[in-house]
Amino acid sequence: MIPNGEVSRRNLLKLIGKGAAATVAAGVGVELLTYRAYAQSNSTTTPNGLGTNGNMTPGMAAAMADPAAPPDHQWAMVIDLRNCDGCGSCTAACQKAHYLTPDQTWIKVFAMSNNDGQTYHMPRPCMQCEDPPCLHVCPVEATFRTDQGVVLVNQDRCIGCRMCMAACPYEARYFNWTADVQYPTTPIPPTPQAPIPQKLGTVGKCTFCVGNLNNGLLSECASGCPMGAIYNADLKTDVAVNGLGSTVKLSTFLYNNDAVTFYPEQNTHPRVWYIVGHGQNLDTNSTTA
Amino acid sequence: MDKNSPIPPRDDNYSDTESAWAVDVREAATRGMTQKASRKWWLAIALLSLMVLAGVYAWYYQLKHGMASAGYNDQAFWAVYIADVIAFIGVSYGGAVISAILRLTGQSWRAPLTRIAEGMALATVIVGAMFIFPHLGRPERFMNIVYYANWSSPLVWDFLAILTYTVATIIFFYIPLIPDLAIVNRHLGSSNSPMRRKIYSALSLNWMGNKRQRRLLHGSLTLISLVIIPLAVSVHSVLSWAFALTSRPGWAETVFPPYFVIAALYSGTALVIVTAAAFRSGYKLQRFITQRHFVRIGYLMAALGLVYLYLTFADMATEGYTGITTGWITQTITGRYSIPFWIYVLFGELIPIVVVAFKKFRNIKGLTFAAGGVVVALWIKRLVIVLPPATQPLIGSYWGAYHFTWVSITITLAGAAAVPLILMVMFRLIPILSIEEMEEAGPIGSIEQISEKTEKYQDKLLAGGRNLEHVKQKTPSGGLQMSGVDPIGPQTTLAVNPTVNPGGFSINPGEIR
Repeated sequence: MIPNGEVSRRNLLKLIGKGAAATVAAGVGVELLTYRAYAQSNSTTTPNGLGTNGNMTPGMAAAMADPAAPPDHQWAMVIDLRNCDGCGSCTAACQKAHYLTPDQTWIKVFAMSNNDGQTYHMPRPCMQCEDPPCLHVCPVEATFRTDQGVVLVNQDRCIGCRMCMAACPYEARYFNWTADVQYPTTPIPPTPQAPIPQKLGTVGKCTFCVGNLNNGLLSECASGCPMGAIYNADLKTDVAVNGLGSTVKLSTFLYNNDAVTFYPEQNTHPRVWYIVGHGQNLDTNSTTA
Repeated sequence: MDKNSPIPPRDDNYSDTESAWAVDVREAATRGMTQKASRKWWLAIALLSLMVLAGVYAWYYQLKHGMASAGYNDQAFWAVYIADVIAFIGVSYGGAVISAILRLTGQSWRAPLTRIAEGMALATVIVGAMFIFPHLGRPERFMNIVYYANWSSPLVWDFLAILTYTVATIIFFYIPLIPDLAIVNRHLGSSNSPMRRKIYSALSLNWMGNKRQRRLLHGSLTLISLVIIPLAVSVHSVLSWAFALTSRPGWAETVFPPYFVIAALYSGTALVIVTAAAFRSGYKLQRFITQRHFVRIGYLMAALGLVYLYLTFADMATEGYTGITTGWITQTITGRYSIPFWIYVLFGELIPIVVVAFKKFRNIKGLTFAAGGVVVALWIKRLVIVLPPATQPLIGSYWGAYHFTWVSITITLAGAAAVPLILMVMFRLIPILSIEEMEEAGPIGSIEQISEKTEKYQDKLLAGGRNLEHVKQKTPSGGLQMSGVDPIGPQTTLAVNPTVNPGGFSINPGEIR
């Protein structure tokens, strides 16, 4: 499951640099700036790596050079539950960036209890399964998986039957139930990579902020996590980076910390790994999101 | 379709074989088409139309404001509309299969019921399929299911299955109608408007009633009866897989396909009883549809109800015993879904079984009440199948909840109103009885003609041995005579007008019941 690739120094540096930049940007809270960077970064690549409009990305250039070339990245995520105190900043950052309603917790922090009755917190994004049940049951192929391993929803095709919500074992999918929401007017039409604004009567879910990742930025939840519990990872380059800028070799990190996947018995092969443990050791007084 | 029945070959000239029985059947069957509609009828039509219109408005409201207005949320993502789809297509299936099975097994007493059952099947499958649209968040993109069909999705199989079944139901409804429309054209003559006459004669495909045509008709009827049974089984199996092919505890059950199929048959049989009772009194068909019809279908209904009870138990027993994923079971039996569940047990199982078991209740009134209860209880049961697994938490322990709103209630009621509306209009345009089948059966069905009063005598007679002289009925115009009654040996011979059924036959009253 975990490839033993080497850390590419160039990519590593790039990720660190861009990650730090994203953290700063989020910290300053220039909403418009964030959005524009987000939208522009997302408008450039489609599932097959070809651009629709806007700037050319490295991935697109590579794709144009050699259509058969394998993708540069296989995106994944590591969530270090030892560092999660359940503050809910990831959810907030995600909802802010994607203009979601409070119900739409694409990354949701669950309060769980272990065998000793202690509470720990577990953020749950979309698992970006390698064998996603939601994809198999979608009657119109509105759900698809990119060659970078990200499962996305084409909200222009979705008929809103919610079969995917029934099939997802992680409850990771959210429907747009109500029209009584103030959606932002956006300069760029929504794409599966950047579904902003969400479309009434269709299903949405965590996109892994794949546009951010392809442009060297961290996902909103990772950069929004003050504890550095969420790592964006790449199976190809075997690197994982969190919002605090610490970078690790993915395979070693997962191996040394006995990382697990969620509901492995479902055979969905998630691309999100958890490092178990709980955050009450951190001596915080925050509560469940 | 008894091959050996000595049906006289007919020409296009009907008057040759037009017995008094046939005259009566034709008169009764076309009564709704010829008589002016009563004020009651118009009142009912107006009321039902209003309900349907209210539903259309509610749907418009839902489209405008989003599905949250129907009470849906992320933890109750499937709820009332999918239950409506299952319930309505289910009763349709029941109606069609009951009619098909009775046809294939040559139950000639079915003749007065087939048109009502098949009409009911057609009306409910249309309404059931319509419920898919309010279920969808983006109904205007429905055709994507054709353009971008993903063949691994159970919903695509559903779409195909329902479409095929709907077409089969239309054919199944239409084929017995072919001779009837020709007969109606002859029977009504110039009292029918020229426009209607044209349509009827076009639809009746130049039916003459000659030997070849009748052979073709019987052949195709047998064929479609044979086809519609596995088709209906597959439709409801596939419908159940929309649930069973997910990984949700409570839905991912191996028992689901037969569970759904039996539920469909059960509720369908019940709705046949309710529909037959309604049109029997509305169209004054007491002479043709009698208590015995109700009792027979009632037995069928009770048997299916017991099978359904067994499957409900089997569904819960395995998971309940091992205790792996019992949240939905606990919530169904004792928790937040217990009231609807026990309503189902009471009205969907106990009452129908008691009504059928005890002679005291086993009459038209009792059976209609029980059947009405079954139809409603089985709709509730569908909701109890859908909601607990949908609202259960897969992570953590927070249960979701579905709350009814005026939108979902109005749309569901509109569907419930659309079925009688369609049927009432339908039976003003086509005969309510299957004329050809009834004539063919002859007054075989007319063992049913023994009036309810007579039945009582007969019961007494069989019990205590009173002379059947009292029972002798005034021969109905068809020429039914009861003769040679032995008060002890229950051998009642019915001599039948030879022009209708030259063979004659004898019936053991023990078999009638």
